[in-house]
Amino acid sequence: MSIRLDNISKTFDKFQALSPMSLNIEDGEMIGLLGPSGSGKTTLLRIIAGLEGADSGRIQFGQRDVTNLHVRDRNVGFVFQNYALFRHMTVADNVAFGLEVMDAKQRPNKAEIQKRVQHLLDMVQLGHLAKRYPSQLSGGQKQRIALARALATKPDVLLLDEPFGALDAKVRKELRRWLRNLHDEIGFTSVFVTHDQEEALELSDRVVVMSNGHIEQVDAPAQLYAQPNSRFVFDFLGNVNVFDAAAQGSRLTHQDAWLETPHQDGKTQAGQLYIRSHELALHPAPTTQAHLPLRVIAVNPIGPEVRVELAPDGWQTEQVWEADLSHADYERHPVQRGDQVFAAPTSGYFFTADSQGSPERLHWS
Amino acid sequence: MAPKQSHQQRIGDRPAVKYTLITLTLVLTAVLLVVPLVSIFQKAFIDGLAVYWQSLADPDTLHAIWLTLFVALLTVPINLVFGVMLAWSVTRFEFPGRKLLMTLMDIPFAVSPVVAGLLYLLLYGNNGWIGAWLYEHDLQLMFAWPGIVMVTVFVTCPFVARELIPLMQQQGREDEEAAVILGASGWQLFRRVTLPNIKWALLYGVILTNARAVGEFGAVSVVSGNIRGETNTLPLHVQLLYEDYQATAAFASASLLAAIALLTLIFKAFVEWRQERAHRAETDH
Amino acid sequence: MSTSLNATQRKPRHKRVLPGLGLSLGSSLFFISLILLLPMTGLVMQTAQMSWADYWYVITDERVVASYQVTVWAALLASIFNGVFGLLLAWVLVRYEFPGKRLLDALVDLPFALPTAVAGITLATLYAENGWYGSLLAELGIKVAYTPLGIIVAMSFTSIPFVVRTVQPVLEELSPEEEEAGITLGASDWSVFRRIIMPSLWPALVTGVALSFTRSLGEFGAVIFIAGNMPYVSEITSLMIFVRLQEFDFPAASAIASVVLIVSLVLLFAINIWQARYLKRLHGR
Repeated sequence: MSIRLDNISKTFDKFQALSPMSLNIEDGEMIGLLGPSGSGKTTLLRIIAGLEGADSGRIQFGQRDVTNLHVRDRNVGFVFQNYALFRHMTVADNVAFGLEVMDAKQRPNKAEIQKRVQHLLDMVQLGHLAKRYPSQLSGGQKQRIALARALATKPDVLLLDEPFGALDAKVRKELRRWLRNLHDEIGFTSVFVTHDQEEALELSDRVVVMSNGHIEQVDAPAQLYAQPNSRFVFDFLGNVNVFDAAAQGSRLTHQDAWLETPHQDGKTQAGQLYIRSHELALHPAPTTQAHLPLRVIAVNPIGPEVRVELAPDGWQTEQVWEADLSHADYERHPVQRGDQVFAAPTSGYFFTADSQGSPERLHWS
Repeated sequence: MAPKQSHQQRIGDRPAVKYTLITLTLVLTAVLLVVPLVSIFQKAFIDGLAVYWQSLADPDTLHAIWLTLFVALLTVPINLVFGVMLAWSVTRFEFPGRKLLMTLMDIPFAVSPVVAGLLYLLLYGNNGWIGAWLYEHDLQLMFAWPGIVMVTVFVTCPFVARELIPLMQQQGREDEEAAVILGASGWQLFRRVTLPNIKWALLYGVILTNARAVGEFGAVSVVSGNIRGETNTLPLHVQLLYEDYQATAAFASASLLAAIALLTLIFKAFVEWRQERAHRAETDH
Repeated sequence: MSTSLNATQRKPRHKRVLPGLGLSLGSSLFFISLILLLPMTGLVMQTAQMSWADYWYVITDERVVASYQVTVWAALLASIFNGVFGLLLAWVLVRYEFPGKRLLDALVDLPFALPTAVAGITLATLYAENGWYGSLLAELGIKVAYTPLGIIVAMSFTSIPFVVRTVQPVLEELSPEEEEAGITLGASDWSVFRRIIMPSLWPALVTGVALSFTRSLGEFGAVIFIAGNMPYVSEITSLMIFVRLQEFDFPAASAIASVVLIVSLVLLFAINIWQARYLKRLHGR
């Protein structure tokens, strides 16, 4: 079922949790709400569920206006961050709960409920744990039971609040894949909240990036990565080096460091150049295009790439720079802690100082 | 302007339910607690302020007030020390029988005060195995103030520990362990780390102990011997006056005890307010 | 289990980090022995002098048995009433915000702070036929003072705080998520209360009611003024002990007291064991 949010806003006391925002979610889509804590993503999710009331605006599920509908009549499935399994009920009773509290008219009979519960437990591959209590389950198992419980009533939309937040890295990965498969198989519309960009990008059809109660950008993961439209999105997606530049002829400068812009016309403006860590090459000497002297402060060769941490030498940056080199490149020019190197970007995104708009893409040959 | 939508998030928040329950509670509380409390003072002052003072100025009443305060003055420090010791041992250490010790501590709550008085009477009275020996040495504990103090200590001994244990359990041992690592001695540790954290609960425990010590009736009436002007505490004096059909005088004395109870409650509200504020300041950071 | 095997491979002795175990535990044990346990010996010795037949005769005396019945029934009804009223109070205090909430919260402890004798004469006066409540109830044909109903009123007054103070913290700690989960699954307010909240609450509720019951069994000061103390009708067991004492019948008083003492100790231990078990179950099986 599609979800349509129209001009939704929310204020707690005097704190504006959500500025008026609109969002359309297609039937069968999986949407990730991504943002740091305090960005309003959980509030938005709870408003969609009806656990929180919006101060203004309209919410539609398909053709149905649910704005003033109580949570229990919205037919949503909600998976809580800490699962919120009923401690005093067995796994099977937890899953059956939503069916058992239905109106007598709609409620399936006992045998039917039992069958549905068994089916759901098999679906989450935990049929053998039906008689256990929540405190006897591992985190990953609790998560799957919470999901089965939420799906039991065949909700129109499935909402998940930090679904993998409390799990360790390995289980997280496994469950993520499993949820994606389940989604593709059943095709429910779902919205989940996360602060983990990798999770959002891997799982979602589209990602909604939020900050300070605003939607920053809504895009498919590939698009989001290729064309972040704001400094915030860029920062949040991570692993980026910022060159805070003044303009000097065709050069971007910062104290002793400078970069020749690839523009043919040679005009530049002051602003910030965002360079992703894998789009930064390291040379033993300055090139004609770049003079960015850096000192190696750490080398981490673990993983698919070698990560080199760099401190500026004779100029300043707000944060330590990072360069991700392929192992092959690194072996060609190995560096050690304390070495001086010169960085040269292969490409970057330039935000002019006076604009809040989209960045300009720059490429160096 | 769009209509303001409010959703109930927690059950029972629907105005109809909420206000029905609040009203019901307030009415019941008024009938069961407030009106009785007010009526004590109403009955005490029914014949005017002069009569009120006159009833209190009666020598027997004055002696009862004095004896009651004297008993409380002896009881409270004993139970203060014991309460702190007990709370320290059961919250800071693990040892076999810890749970049993905490259950034993609750005995005075569970035992009828009359039975408590009887226990002391049987032991220290002239027929008891200790009492007989005391009698030979011309020591009389029962039907005299020492007996009253002893049973009052018994009846009120759990209160300080009861206030301290939950708080000390919640605060954990880490602060104190840090102090030990920093080289604090046992006394410094208690004085400078533990005490500042528990002082309000401790003070409330003391106040509550005092209120109960002042008001103990059943146990004291067994061991006091009810000698007017000698071994009558204030609650016993209240009974005496009441049964003498001197209701106004009885309620005048009762109003003193009720005032102590009210001060205790006010102090408790204050302590809770402090704790809440401290807790909020802690979680805000 | 296998003590002999482990004897050779004892854990290395680790010196405790925090000081004062010896002092605090030692003085606690000394105090408990002196104040709580030693006095029991007097009762044991007194009753041991009686033959089994005498003992049985005294404790099954018709009037005494009638007093057991009155006491147990009144305590049961009083604690059931307090179960309902206490749950309501706890719910309103935890869930709602309203003016005067702090005052209400403080008032709940009034019965703990108010001396029982004061409560006794106040309730007796209020419910007497010419009292504020008594005169109203008389019009309805209900007589409270000097009847078993009066005993129930006095017992419930003195034990109101027990249920409130055991249920309140549990209610505060309930996670809103479980409730919200119930609602998103379509459950009505009532189903959420009955099927999600109550199962978490009822162990505390039972504990509170049991404490209230235990306290009511032993209540003396508040009851004797309002009860009328008519043999076979409105005479509680604590008073029976008192009456026997005034007759200087120490053996009979001791025998009845031993029954009361054993019952309260059994109740106390049962409550503590039950509480420990449900706490364990709640925090992980």
